[in-house]
Amino acid sequence: LPFATAMSERYGFSLTTFSPSGKLVQIEYALKAVEAGAPSVGIKATNGVVLAVEKKFSSALIDAASLHRIEAVTSHCGLVYSGLGPDFRVVLQDARRSAVAYQLAYGEAIPPEQLVQRVAALMQEFTQSGGVRPFGISVLLAGWDRDTNRPMLFQSDPSGTYFAWKSTALGKNHVNGKTFLEKRYNEELELEDAVHTAILTLKESFEGQMTEDNIEVGICKQDGFKKLSPSEIKDYLAGIQ
Amino acid sequence: HLSMANPMSYNGGCVMAMKGRNCVAIASDLRFGVQMQTISMEFDKVQQMGPRLFVGFPGLATDTQTVFQRMQFRKNLYELRENKSVRPQTLMNMISNLLYERRFGPYFVEPVVAGLDPISLEPYVATMDLIGCPMEPEDFVVSGTCTEQMFGMCETLWQPDMSPDELFECISQAMLNAFDRDAASGWGCHVYLIERDQVTVRALKARMD
Repeated sequence: LPFATAMSERYGFSLTTFSPSGKLVQIEYALKAVEAGAPSVGIKATNGVVLAVEKKFSSALIDAASLHRIEAVTSHCGLVYSGLGPDFRVVLQDARRSAVAYQLAYGEAIPPEQLVQRVAALMQEFTQSGGVRPFGISVLLAGWDRDTNRPMLFQSDPSGTYFAWKSTALGKNHVNGKTFLEKRYNEELELEDAVHTAILTLKESFEGQMTEDNIEVGICKQDGFKKLSPSEIKDYLAGIQ
Repeated sequence: HLSMANPMSYNGGCVMAMKGRNCVAIASDLRFGVQMQTISMEFDKVQQMGPRLFVGFPGLATDTQTVFQRMQFRKNLYELRENKSVRPQTLMNMISNLLYERRFGPYFVEPVVAGLDPISLEPYVATMDLIGCPMEPEDFVVSGTCTEQMFGMCETLWQPDMSPDELFECISQAMLNAFDRDAASGWGCHVYLIERDQVTVRALKARMD
């Protein structure tokens, strides 16, 4: 276990145990933690994938630019989360390590589906190992698959379940977010429109004025993953309000 | 009885591969010996690892068998996980890593990879040294106890863009005339011609000495 702590050395048994009704309540509670997290959105377009997330802090004194909710895993894959920030750092680190280990073993970039399988396997491990708790995050992975030359959007849950999405929302108000996306999403959407739609989806649950400093946007195209700069986000916002 | 001299020449044998136009060819001699004594004339060093992917394992016979079996294991898991056929370049990388894992106590094998990319059908040949240093040239690769002779024959006979029939003729002549000048190789030859929709294996009529 790569992240063994003093606790897991002392506990040989898993803290995630079955309830009489067959549920793993720790996972249910972890999902609640995800639901309480900042809203994030992922949309798959014909020529790319967009990830977007709200970045609000309790105090105006926090230097927002120093914190990143959307992070690159490789040059061609990006990750966003809803839930506990520190848990995201651990999952991100493992995802990056997996990706470069794959590159070393096979001499090529890890396909997005393989990457999400490794992330999901890590999350599952923490539901069945001694002395650890499940991760309090769900992640959205945006990537470009080189074999089929298509964009891909995956989600991985605290349980270790992973699935592919056309578009989805996580975190606070995700139900309304998904309803909004069901109406606005279509399969012919191009990346530009998808970014637009993602920002609008965030806006549905956004309290106050949305600026380029209180949201983050990342896009993944055939030539790679990158985060939009604040000025690029500002241009998109100008097109909305 | 001689003590075990050079592991790379203890059993003898040779493999070569060449690129053609939309095709590749790989060939192996059939001798398996223990120093000067020939034990078998049916020891083909080429194994199939995919529908259009073949690997030759010349060198110390015990190691060629082990490396092949371990590669089979890794390749099978890869294909199950990724739900696709492994690409020749990727397989080459995997073999290279497997050999380098034994950097300070190596397998005495210098493999040859030959195949067509599963999707683009691009021809590919590669070889590596016993610790996994890869070489992916545009023309041909050779490995075994008569590499000097094989290099000479290939350099003379090979041309780019040969048709499957021309490529077969070329690799056959190169093999026969190279391993006939090596005491530790020969005793028959198998040539594999890999094209987009078929793989042809032919046994060459060779000097049986």
